[in-house]
Amino acid sequence: MHTKTVAQLAQGLQQKEFSSVELTQCFLERIDALDPFYNSFISVNPSAALAAAATADEQLTRNNAGPLTGIPIAHKDIFCTSGMRTSCGSRMLDNFVPPYDATVIRNFGTAGAVILGKTNMDEFAMGSSNENSYYGPVNNPWDTSLVPGGSSGGSAAAVAAMLAPAATGTDTGGSIRQPGAFCGITGLKPTYGRVSRLGMVAFASSLDQAGPLARSAEDCAILLGAMAGYDKLDSTSSELPCPNYRATLGDSLEGLRIGLPREFFGDGLDPATGVAIDAALKELEALGASLVEVSLPHSKLTIPTYYIIAPAEASTNLSRFDGVRYGHRCVEPKDLHDLYTRTREEGFGDEVKRRILVGTYALSAGYYDAYYKKAQQVRRLIRQDYLDCFEQVDIIAGPTTPGPAFALGEKSNDPLAMYLEDVYTLAVNLAGLPGMSIPVGFVQDKPVGLQLIGQHFGEARLLNVAHRYQQTTDWHLAHPAMPKGE
Amino acid sequence: MQWESVIGLEVHLQLATESKIFSGSATTFGAEPNTQASAVDLAMPGMLPVLNEKAVRYAVLFGLGIGAEIGKRSVFDRKNYFYPDSPKGYQISQFLDPIVGRGDFKIQLEDGSTRNIGITRAHLEEDAGKSLHEDFHGQTGIDLNRAGTPLLEIVTEPDFRTAEEAVTYLKELHSLVTYLGISDGNMAEGSMRCDVNISLRPVGSDTLGTRAEIKNVNSFRFVEKAIRYEFNRQADILDDGGTVAQETRLYDAERDETRAMRSKEVANDYRYFPEPDLLPVVIDDAYIEALRGQLPELPRQKRERFASEYDLSPYDAGVLSATRAMADFYENVASACNNPKMAANWVQVELLGRLNREDVEISASPVSPQALSGLIKRILDNSISGKIAKQVFEAMWQGEGSADEIIAARGLKQVSDSGQLESMVDEIIATNTAQVEQYLAADEVRRKKLLGFFVGQIMKLSKGQANPQMVNKLLTEKLV
Repeated sequence: MHTKTVAQLAQGLQQKEFSSVELTQCFLERIDALDPFYNSFISVNPSAALAAAATADEQLTRNNAGPLTGIPIAHKDIFCTSGMRTSCGSRMLDNFVPPYDATVIRNFGTAGAVILGKTNMDEFAMGSSNENSYYGPVNNPWDTSLVPGGSSGGSAAAVAAMLAPAATGTDTGGSIRQPGAFCGITGLKPTYGRVSRLGMVAFASSLDQAGPLARSAEDCAILLGAMAGYDKLDSTSSELPCPNYRATLGDSLEGLRIGLPREFFGDGLDPATGVAIDAALKELEALGASLVEVSLPHSKLTIPTYYIIAPAEASTNLSRFDGVRYGHRCVEPKDLHDLYTRTREEGFGDEVKRRILVGTYALSAGYYDAYYKKAQQVRRLIRQDYLDCFEQVDIIAGPTTPGPAFALGEKSNDPLAMYLEDVYTLAVNLAGLPGMSIPVGFVQDKPVGLQLIGQHFGEARLLNVAHRYQQTTDWHLAHPAMPKGE
Repeated sequence: MQWESVIGLEVHLQLATESKIFSGSATTFGAEPNTQASAVDLAMPGMLPVLNEKAVRYAVLFGLGIGAEIGKRSVFDRKNYFYPDSPKGYQISQFLDPIVGRGDFKIQLEDGSTRNIGITRAHLEEDAGKSLHEDFHGQTGIDLNRAGTPLLEIVTEPDFRTAEEAVTYLKELHSLVTYLGISDGNMAEGSMRCDVNISLRPVGSDTLGTRAEIKNVNSFRFVEKAIRYEFNRQADILDDGGTVAQETRLYDAERDETRAMRSKEVANDYRYFPEPDLLPVVIDDAYIEALRGQLPELPRQKRERFASEYDLSPYDAGVLSATRAMADFYENVASACNNPKMAANWVQVELLGRLNREDVEISASPVSPQALSGLIKRILDNSISGKIAKQVFEAMWQGEGSADEIIAARGLKQVSDSGQLESMVDEIIATNTAQVEQYLAADEVRRKKLLGFFVGQIMKLSKGQANPQMVNKLLTEKLV
């Protein structure tokens, strides 16, 4: 049961091969038995999950079930869940139980899905290795000495280890695609504005976007269909109607033009990873696509631009964590200043503090023009690079990451090396475009991800390309071995 | 040295929307602490602001009311600072691209002269909550009911030279915004709060001195007093050869002084940047024109019309058009009694005097426009004298009924029956022989004075109801 895709599970549920309670129980047992090896979950509430499953079973009995009715889904612990702790991977919110659901959670609830649990993540979604969690690092199911990527590392690991059929994540600079690639699963970051950010703890408001992590493009299409849509409570969400993402999965790739940015295939790309990417591109060519070399001339400005804008927004988004209304509060503050400084010193980890400092600096009087304003100008140039490319091609493809998953601890003391991990993914967020990562092979038994970048609101096309690729390959079906000691 | 003050004002105007600027919570004043604070107002994780369209509409109405440029694309910014009554750690405000740009505001001083005050800009922002320091035994309570109430911050050029000009502006601004219906203008509830920027320079100079900013002055009278105090303080420093510190000060009404705020209370770098959770506000011409069509007659127009149409002095026209309620009241009385001058007198002297003494708003006046015009009609048709009318007005205030009912019930109708008056005149002449002799022996000038004595006696006899003109006439006829 645990190896099946969401699409297969839905069929099983609807044909009464098993119930949602049985399915949910199966995953709860797997989490119980196996998650000590991965640490992919922060919170699991079995009784609530089983109760939701029982409700879904009633719906299934009445035959008014949708594609997600009764499917257990793991949610990144950044989505507020009413009555269930939402920690965001931080000591700051270790005691925080929201009285409301994020729109994403509510949408899944409406679709009849079951909340399986809340997954581990880099604190406030800041990180590329999931080593910045207050709840400890997550281990990569393919090799527990490796990082799973981040910041949605718990979600990616849980799906890869088959502790959940699918999961939600958020992606501010690669936080769905990079762990998706490192864990050998399929992940989609939708267009900015496609999925409501309401109830999602904010990291960088102009970049954050929620999306699915799953075993297949088809599953991502099913999940996106439930998650996406206009939310009047998120002013930045799009009113553009969502297409039926499943309907076009099988469309032909004949005539599809795929742009290959030369900046993504230069120095810095691990050669073995490059080989796997090339093979995947050949496969797409065989399916009817043509490969076109394109250029994104401002690519080398991506990292500095991102590391001004994201920390700037984060520095003020995180101001609300002040110990006054909720979350961590230091013991016996002697005055207001002490309350603020000690609460935040104790509540935040190093990477979060680093970014608050960088962002505060970038927004400060006298530096604003040189940093934040300049970064916004460059951001427009980066976006324009992509729009120019889309004059020539339909989608853009390249590696998701410069190399496969690295070892735990390898880069955790070198923030700049860590930031380079996201060199291929950051610009997609800066430009507000949709991006996917799909597994396309292995380098020394470590999964490799191919990144597909679409035009604004072009998720259907990305899913279509990924699905056609997965119809003729089986990289996405590969499973990691059971952990040692099992 | 002769000093001149240079003053600019920043007014924080609470807009009279039912709900907050970025959440659906109610904005009613005086509710139990934190009962009007939603998850958005509490800055709970993941909560997002949604702009209240009505706040935008009110801001645009204000801009149109002063003939200002309307920002076709205005942008919200985050103004970052930590304080417990600012739950997000930033205030959503507008910095570089405000919704209302440059405009002009003409004020009229008491002597009838006018001055033009430049409006630099007006921008939308959210109000903060309140810190409550009493009743918590060394702790501080936070009430977030007010957090997120929409404010329009209206900033002037440094165009005021005197406290009188500043207060006149504030009164006329108050009048304008209540006319527009965009604010309840309730000063006591903090609907209009003022920051005063003031510096001094030698009379005749056109350079600016170093200014002090006086924060949160919450009544017209305090603005006047704070400016006077600050003028003297700065003049003393400058006269002694010192320099004025650029600083933020607080006005302490109890001691009638300003004093520097502690440096901790003054944030110096707000790190403004565009609010990424909100889109720019884009306003098109159709929206602006639709609102322009809804503009009511504004105080200045009304004042000018009252002066010309009703032949009132500029001062009277100003008083009677000060609020929409006042103007409507006056116009109702004037048209019902068909004598705008008399209506102006009665509204301004008797009614306003009484309302002010009892601290009653004109909208809650126990004497309605219809009732007051009913009274004036009886004066105009000689049913009662002006003096009796004051008695009737008092009775009307006490709720004893209409003018006619009171006149009838109390038998106050003026005696104009010549037979009745004649017998009264005869009686007074007969019982005051000494005065009659004096009168007959006197010259024209003294006669006039003595006549008053006889009139007074007759009014006494008639309990004030004798028609004074007829009594005069009868007396002069008989005293020969």
